[in-house]
Amino acid sequence: MERPLKMDKMPKWADVVLIPVISLILAAILSALVIVAIGEDPVEAVNLMVTGALGSTYGWGYTLYYATNFMFTGLAVAVAFHARMFNIGGEGQAMLGGLGVAMVCLYVPWPHWSLALLAACAGAMIFGAAWAAVPAYLQAKRGSHIVITTIMFNFIAAAVLNYMLVNVMRPQGSMDPASARFPEAVHLPTLHELLAPIGISFSKAAPANVTLLVAILACFVVWALIWRTRLGYEIRAYGHSETGALYAGISPVKITMIAMLISGALAGLMATNNVMGEAERLVLNSTEGAGFIGIAVALMGRSHPFGVFLAAILFGFLYQGGAELALWTSIPRELIVVIQALVILFTGALDNMVRMPLEKMFLAMRKGKA
Amino acid sequence: MTVPAIELKGISKSFGPVQANKDISISVAPGTIHGIIGENGAGKSTLMSILYGFYKADKGEIWINGAKTEIPDSQAAIAAGIGMVFQHFKLVENFTVLENIILGAEDGGLLKPSLAKARKTLKELATEYELNVDPDAVIEEIGVGMQQRVEILKALYRQADILILDEPTGVLTPAEADQLFRILHRLKDEGKTIILITHKLREIMEATDTVSVMRRGQMTATVKTSETNPQHLAELMVGRKVLLQVDKVPAKVGAPVLEIENLHVTDEKGVERVKGINLEVRAGEILGIAGVAGNGQSELLEVLGGMRPGTGSIRLNGSPLALSGAGSDARARRDQHIAHVPEDRQREGLIMDFHAWENVAFGYHHDPAYQSGIFMNNAALRADTERKIEKFDVRPADGWLAAKNFSGGNQQKIVVAREIERNPDLLLVGQPTRGVDIGAIEFIHQQIVALRDQGKAVLLVSVELEEIFSLSDRIAVMFDGHIMGERLPHETDEKELGLLMAGVDGKAA
Amino acid sequence: MDFLTIIQVLDSTVRLATPLLLACLAGLYSERAGIFDIGLEGKMLMAAFFSAAVAAVSGSVWLGLLAGIASSLVLSGLHGLASITFRGNQLISGVAINFLAAGMTVLIAQDWFKQGGRTPSLFAGGRFEPINFPFAEALSGVPILGPIYSELLSGHSILVYLAFLAVPGTWWVLYRTRFGLRLRAVGENPAAVDTAGVSVVGLRYAAVAICGVLCGIAGAYLATALQAGFVKDMTAGRGFIALAALIFAKWRPWQAMWACLLFGLLQAIALRFQNIDLGGVVIPVQVMDALPYILTVVILAGFVGKAIPPRAGGEPYVKER
Repeated sequence: MERPLKMDKMPKWADVVLIPVISLILAAILSALVIVAIGEDPVEAVNLMVTGALGSTYGWGYTLYYATNFMFTGLAVAVAFHARMFNIGGEGQAMLGGLGVAMVCLYVPWPHWSLALLAACAGAMIFGAAWAAVPAYLQAKRGSHIVITTIMFNFIAAAVLNYMLVNVMRPQGSMDPASARFPEAVHLPTLHELLAPIGISFSKAAPANVTLLVAILACFVVWALIWRTRLGYEIRAYGHSETGALYAGISPVKITMIAMLISGALAGLMATNNVMGEAERLVLNSTEGAGFIGIAVALMGRSHPFGVFLAAILFGFLYQGGAELALWTSIPRELIVVIQALVILFTGALDNMVRMPLEKMFLAMRKGKA
Repeated sequence: MTVPAIELKGISKSFGPVQANKDISISVAPGTIHGIIGENGAGKSTLMSILYGFYKADKGEIWINGAKTEIPDSQAAIAAGIGMVFQHFKLVENFTVLENIILGAEDGGLLKPSLAKARKTLKELATEYELNVDPDAVIEEIGVGMQQRVEILKALYRQADILILDEPTGVLTPAEADQLFRILHRLKDEGKTIILITHKLREIMEATDTVSVMRRGQMTATVKTSETNPQHLAELMVGRKVLLQVDKVPAKVGAPVLEIENLHVTDEKGVERVKGINLEVRAGEILGIAGVAGNGQSELLEVLGGMRPGTGSIRLNGSPLALSGAGSDARARRDQHIAHVPEDRQREGLIMDFHAWENVAFGYHHDPAYQSGIFMNNAALRADTERKIEKFDVRPADGWLAAKNFSGGNQQKIVVAREIERNPDLLLVGQPTRGVDIGAIEFIHQQIVALRDQGKAVLLVSVELEEIFSLSDRIAVMFDGHIMGERLPHETDEKELGLLMAGVDGKAA
Repeated sequence: MDFLTIIQVLDSTVRLATPLLLACLAGLYSERAGIFDIGLEGKMLMAAFFSAAVAAVSGSVWLGLLAGIASSLVLSGLHGLASITFRGNQLISGVAINFLAAGMTVLIAQDWFKQGGRTPSLFAGGRFEPINFPFAEALSGVPILGPIYSELLSGHSILVYLAFLAVPGTWWVLYRTRFGLRLRAVGENPAAVDTAGVSVVGLRYAAVAICGVLCGIAGAYLATALQAGFVKDMTAGRGFIALAALIFAKWRPWQAMWACLLFGLLQAIALRFQNIDLGGVVIPVQVMDALPYILTVVILAGFVGKAIPPRAGGEPYVKER
């Protein structure tokens, strides 16, 4: 009997489900301690969050609105992860996506929102992808570390957006560094408007809108792309082994470029939700850090579109719940930033801390059986 | 009876579920050269790394010069007078020789006095052992032979009495290796104890006083070198009689399939690795390329396999192949019916985290048979995998297993199945049996010979002379990017090839 | 632009370059030891808050400085735990630390001071005061040299002088001491250090700790010298500019100082002038804001000399089988 070189240390389900869940529980425990330290009751806080985020269609409307953003940025990070790249530039790509959406909405007279949405998607994707293209090219051709270049491009994006809003897109007479309001024709239907015809009453005030469906569609498309197409096969192969890719005739330059362009396009797509669906004009800091939350979402979701979908809803819940907490208690909204940090820490950087004891446990169990 | 310099008692070590060392005991007399021989993966390096404190044993005791010694880390090993030259040198590439030598053995917090002292000591060691090196040379700018000397000097500078060398000749030419053995004998004469880890029988026979044989993590025997012979050692290594000869009928050589003219290859660092070679491989023959690792064979394979660019001219069945730019990548090569079993199956030939069935398409994932519309036809892939697993007797016969969960031999069978089943005109094979168990070696060799008997051309690159001799119909020797000569296997011997591999033209000499 | 304006811009360059320089040197120690640190920003921010908070409560800026360093060290320890002990992804750990700091500072500030995530303003004793050189006042009248001495060189807080002294100090440690040799070695080839009998883990933790101390000083400088108290997100990307400067300097101390001065100058100009008119071509202020990042990308692209990071950088050390 031949001896295998290396056995899987634990079953796949443990890797996919158990580790993220344990990480989440650790993050939750620490967050609870923070709440206690502030002098509030964590049980009460969870109650408030659940009621505020999930207890009404208004709460759900916000939860799903945030989740839509996070699905796009989470998918963006996940696709890059599959090609073993860390795209930390989702924030900047989403900002530029906003610029694309604003241009489509402001400078073209659209007869109907559906056409406008299609064009806005294209604009957002093109601008987002373009913003990822330079770091991708420098990584592929010159070996410049994509993490550093995408960080730099986030700052450059902020400067570009600032310039565009202050010097170019600001309506005359306005002091606000923001674009003009988009015309009524490009107003996207909210969930309220979508669900009313089929007899479901949904809050009028909540911002969740038709782009939620676009985000869900994007999850499906990314899943099919990564696991069912030749391109996805090549992206995954390249992500696992660059020399292997070379051996198999997969061009590292091509895959680096394509994966980053897809990633940037997905991050850019977020703008259809926050810029077109909610604000209906372009403002400074419209992304509100959603590009970075994509990192937590992708890590939590194990870079799988379905995982990203679930993690995005979880973070949507945290965001809306956190806002409710800030409203009713002395706990500031920044609590969610802390939770987000803890999730990134446990599911990403401290992965081994959670994994090693689990692997030992499974090994011991297997030995016990054998 | 003298006290042994080293005594290991009941050493065991596991990496996760893999047991690398099982209850190993060994005793080494002072002032001798003790060889440890075994196949790849037999656990030799692990054992010595434990002695050097690089790994910690799960069980067992270490006795140095008659005293029980705890060696939890390399510092303790150094303190116990042990030095080790690893197979992959542990040098800081952009430091000078001197800086590398004092690293970890500095005197005091400031560098200046340490460097001055080391410079003086180095001079003394150089005269004592004929170990000349330029103390101010930067490591990345000197050759591997020189780098190895730095490693030995590092150990001597730390006043090691026991020196462990792990596969020291893998990167050396036979001449350099001879010089190394002279140095080792000199060290032995000065009273040092030397442990030599190798998988080459010849080195054991030439250099050692005693030899221990390891197989699959266990110590199978320890004998006096003078009282044994290579055949016996080989049997101990693999556990049964070895067939050094592959059964094959004489080659029916046909028209030239691959014609290489004036091929040059320059690597990423701008170093010319292949320096204008000419070769021809005909239908129905196996051309073996012998040579010490690092003399351009890998680059030759990689150019032919479309993994790196080159200049010159290559024709396949008479029509030219692109050597750079469009049409020169691995995909184009496969389209032209060139199959490639790469030298490193773990980094190149397989994606270790992919299922076996995904790996069966690796490189051929564009094949129309694997497509269904815009998607890949995974069902077709899995069916194909089942066929290949059965035909090539891959175990366990489970297409859903990740490549990393197969043994080395079965991994290689997956690669060989994928490439040979394409029925290529030309098969490129690099180190086909590296890290492969004996049973699989025979099977893989038979498959390669079978392809040749179907009238296909095979280009084989191997650093194992034995493999070259048993498979090749014709042998070309590479040295420093040149073809030193071509020989027929029955008209040459290891000695002549060894000279060619060292860059000495046999005919001229 | 008259001479006095130039002096004033340069003076503010020095002030603005100081936190960049401290953070940049912090990153240098860490990255030279092979631990990438994109969490400089977070450590500075945490230190800025705790130094201001403790200084405000105790009235002692020195206690504030210590608190700042201690808080930054805690985050360093976390980074070390993730990237050295548990061999996690150093970049992801850095990202987490930045968010942790951004969230925790506001959370604690709100809980302690209830001023919307800021600390109370600091007054005398709670701030680092400028140090005036001897005769600075008297010599200010001397043409050219006078203003240079009394405005540019004199009149900074002690932390500014400390930061600039840290440059030759770092150079000396790196290239003239045993610790420096080992530090550089562990960033290039940790296996060489390990087999030479030196603890890789110990060295890397030491480097990460020095990084924490320097980031702590940088943060304390921001909140207790450059400004008088902590406000939310007050580091405003300085940690990333420091990172950019480190790459710009190719991980060398003297070059790091020049890079930080250059980026400090850009900030000083952007602060003083809104849009710069260069003979008809108006450079908008946003260009000045983005310039450090653009320059870094250009350097990274290798168009102006290639920036090669320490070879073992970013890779956790695992003994090979």
